[in-house]
Amino acid sequence: MNKKAIFFPSTVLAAVMSLVAGSAQAAYELNLKAPVTEIASQIYDLHMLIVYVCLAIFVVVFGFMFYSIYKHRKSVGHKAEQFHEHHTLEIIWTIIPALILAAMAVPATKTIFAMKDTTAADMTVKVTGHQWKWEYDYLDKDVKFISTLATSQDQIQNKAEKGENYLLEVDNPMVVPTGKKVRVLLTATDVIHAWWVPEFGVKQDAIPGFIKEVWFKAEKEGIYRGQCAELCGKDHGFMPIVVEAVSEDKYNEWIDAKKAAATAANAGADKEWTKDDLVANGKVVYEKNCAVCHQVTGAGLPPAFPAITGGKISTGPVADHLALVLNGKNMMPAWKALLNDVEIASVIAYERNALGNSVGDIVQPSAVKAAR
Amino acid sequence: MSTTTATHHDDHAHDSHGHPTGLMRWVKSTNHKDIGTMYLWFSFAMFLFAGAMAMGIRAELFQPGLQFVQPETFNQLTTLHGLIMIFGAIMPAFVGFANWQVPLMIGAPDMAFPRLNNMSFWLLIPAAILLIASIFVPGGAVAGGWTMYPPLSVQGGMSVDMSVFALHILGVSSIVGSINIITTIFNMRAPGMTLMKMPMFVWTWLITAYLLIAAMPVLAGALTMLITDRHFGTHFFNAAGGGDPVLFQHVFWFFGHPEVYIMILPAFGILSTIIPTFARKPLFGYASMVYATAAIAVLSFVVWAHHMFTTGMPVAGQLFFMYSTMLISVPTGVKVFNWLATMWKGSMTFETPMLFSIAVVFLFTIGGFSGLVCAILPVDIQLQDTYYVVAHFHYVLFSGAAMAIMGGVYYWLPKWTGHMYDEKLGKWHFWLTTIAFNVTFFPMHFTGLAGMPRRIPDYSQQFAEFNMISSLGAFALGLSQLLFLYVVIKCIRGGEKATNQVWEGAHGLEWTVASPAPFHTFETPPQVK
Repeated sequence: MNKKAIFFPSTVLAAVMSLVAGSAQAAYELNLKAPVTEIASQIYDLHMLIVYVCLAIFVVVFGFMFYSIYKHRKSVGHKAEQFHEHHTLEIIWTIIPALILAAMAVPATKTIFAMKDTTAADMTVKVTGHQWKWEYDYLDKDVKFISTLATSQDQIQNKAEKGENYLLEVDNPMVVPTGKKVRVLLTATDVIHAWWVPEFGVKQDAIPGFIKEVWFKAEKEGIYRGQCAELCGKDHGFMPIVVEAVSEDKYNEWIDAKKAAATAANAGADKEWTKDDLVANGKVVYEKNCAVCHQVTGAGLPPAFPAITGGKISTGPVADHLALVLNGKNMMPAWKALLNDVEIASVIAYERNALGNSVGDIVQPSAVKAAR
Repeated sequence: MSTTTATHHDDHAHDSHGHPTGLMRWVKSTNHKDIGTMYLWFSFAMFLFAGAMAMGIRAELFQPGLQFVQPETFNQLTTLHGLIMIFGAIMPAFVGFANWQVPLMIGAPDMAFPRLNNMSFWLLIPAAILLIASIFVPGGAVAGGWTMYPPLSVQGGMSVDMSVFALHILGVSSIVGSINIITTIFNMRAPGMTLMKMPMFVWTWLITAYLLIAAMPVLAGALTMLITDRHFGTHFFNAAGGGDPVLFQHVFWFFGHPEVYIMILPAFGILSTIIPTFARKPLFGYASMVYATAAIAVLSFVVWAHHMFTTGMPVAGQLFFMYSTMLISVPTGVKVFNWLATMWKGSMTFETPMLFSIAVVFLFTIGGFSGLVCAILPVDIQLQDTYYVVAHFHYVLFSGAAMAIMGGVYYWLPKWTGHMYDEKLGKWHFWLTTIAFNVTFFPMHFTGLAGMPRRIPDYSQQFAEFNMISSLGAFALGLSQLLFLYVVIKCIRGGEKATNQVWEGAHGLEWTVASPAPFHTFETPPQVK
């Protein structure tokens, strides 16, 4: 409490000073991000068109109002006239806006048809929203991975300097080749999320039980950052989307590297692991995947998220523990879809033999494989 | 209160047999004026409470990083802020106005069903208690947004059930209140007051009451399905059981979009009353104003899915809802033009109610334009669920509904209390509110365009400057409302004696009765020419 009390006035002062002085970074962004797809360009132009039309109407209409306020006031001795109807005028100001709207609707309609045309895609990626991470599945390449926030808790809790891409950085970005039409299939496992990359002009809700499709064709290499755009619970603000658009060669290299890494990880499933190795590996897995709910300390956030420390499952029979991690329950996701055998065995070992627990037993990755 | 009661006795011989005093005067009240007063005070208390929550939100968003509240609490703050402002502050305020003004404006002695009127007010209290008490139950208050989309709201704790029950109660209150208002307007107008001679405020409330009766049961249906999904194993919104999460959104917004007009039509009615008074000129285009209001009401039932442009509807659905939404700006434009034509060649003065009204016309139009931008579906893809939308709906709900309410309070306060309010402080309140409001919400257009999602407790550093400006504006906006409270209390306690007419340019039956309006008015119906 005391720390906060000191913290606030001083930071407010410092922050306001920097505001007044004008920040060195060009942070006063006023408009949509620079588009890198044809659709996003159309949206950008459409938006500018509407803004200019609205601005023109606004200036004319309120020009009349302020002229009237200036001229037709009692203090300058203006006498009120008593007219209260003018049919021609009323018809004109009903029809003209209708015509302007019709003119706006034409380009908008064209863009909608273009946005919806997911045919003739060069590749398809299935994107699944989970609380609070994204899963990418390259359907025609057999590459699949989870993408989670890479910003540290220390930065979020103001214990460390915030990085350049604070809250907009992930461990595994989605990588796509430029100039290819990428079809994205969207769904979710728990609640509704929304996958949004502003530069692509793509935003689509990810709805559990349904598959929705969108597409984009990135025309420029670069790293594009977006965020989940549908409230999805506690860490809605902490599940960014990062897409790297690269040349086709680099994309192929990346696919090969991903495949090799998956093979290496799966190889570990067949060997015999020691408890210490599993626990050490489990710490990494736990903090990346489990700590958002069950907390780094294992204390949980009851009643929604039970404690691991002294928990009924984590200190009970190991088979129940394995079953729960694999299949999930209520808000707990079914991790068998998200983690490999070694990761699941590691995190179970860590939960049972660290975080204040010392049950002593472990499950081997091979047993996890068998239990799937 | 005892002093004003005594004044009533002097004013009106009929009161000589006395009316209830003390606490029971309010608990058992069947008097439209007392019930109107209670509605307005209830609404103001909720306005300050939910406003304090907004201060919490803006404090957290003052800088990047988490400083004051953790994400779960933040979501509770945004959710309750929305629910309480909509159902606790804006809607009851308008019902308060309807209670006070509709009988006075149509020359009726009271509402048609005085006891029902009492019930519809007192239902608000348990609903408010449920909403506020839900903060303290395990797991905290409802945190899935005021829209309560499943499956997220199925995950929530018992606060979801409490909030749903609160909304059910509020729905009953609104429906009962609306039936009362409709019956009053149709059956109790003074002789000679034909429908097309009714004051514009009465017209807007008549149409609003129909919207409420049509929309509130739909909300109740959606919420009941949510409850049975949560507790009784139904699968309306659960895809695994053959349901559809998006179904909830369709049903919810079928209520939710008319709800938007429920919150703005009475505000239009207040503007249409205030502007002619201070322009000293009759309302321009009365008939077209009535038709525009009715057109808005009808259209409001066929635009709901524009809240759902990112759910992935088929092209035909997207086009229909885009066109219908764009269409609604035509009657809305007619209203704005009519207000300007009312001012044109008038003889204007700028007392506080007029200042608020002009500001509402100006700022609501900004909200209307940003609404049009959002109606263009491809553009909305970029703006849906960003701060642009937050800016848009605060421009229509704060600088539309809430500021029209403030203008209306200043306008009728002399009639209600018998005293003129402090004009100088009223103007201070107006300018502080208007400036702070724009400092708070105008930058949100930019943060939204640049890509900041709404409902997030923390944001990337590119948004830091504008968020800080918004937060500073919000603190000023919040503090300014304490001045409003002070002006109102000061006016109740004393001040220059108000005449019956109060405003030089005021017309209508409410200005023919004494100020303060006696406890009973129009026991003999007035004649309207």
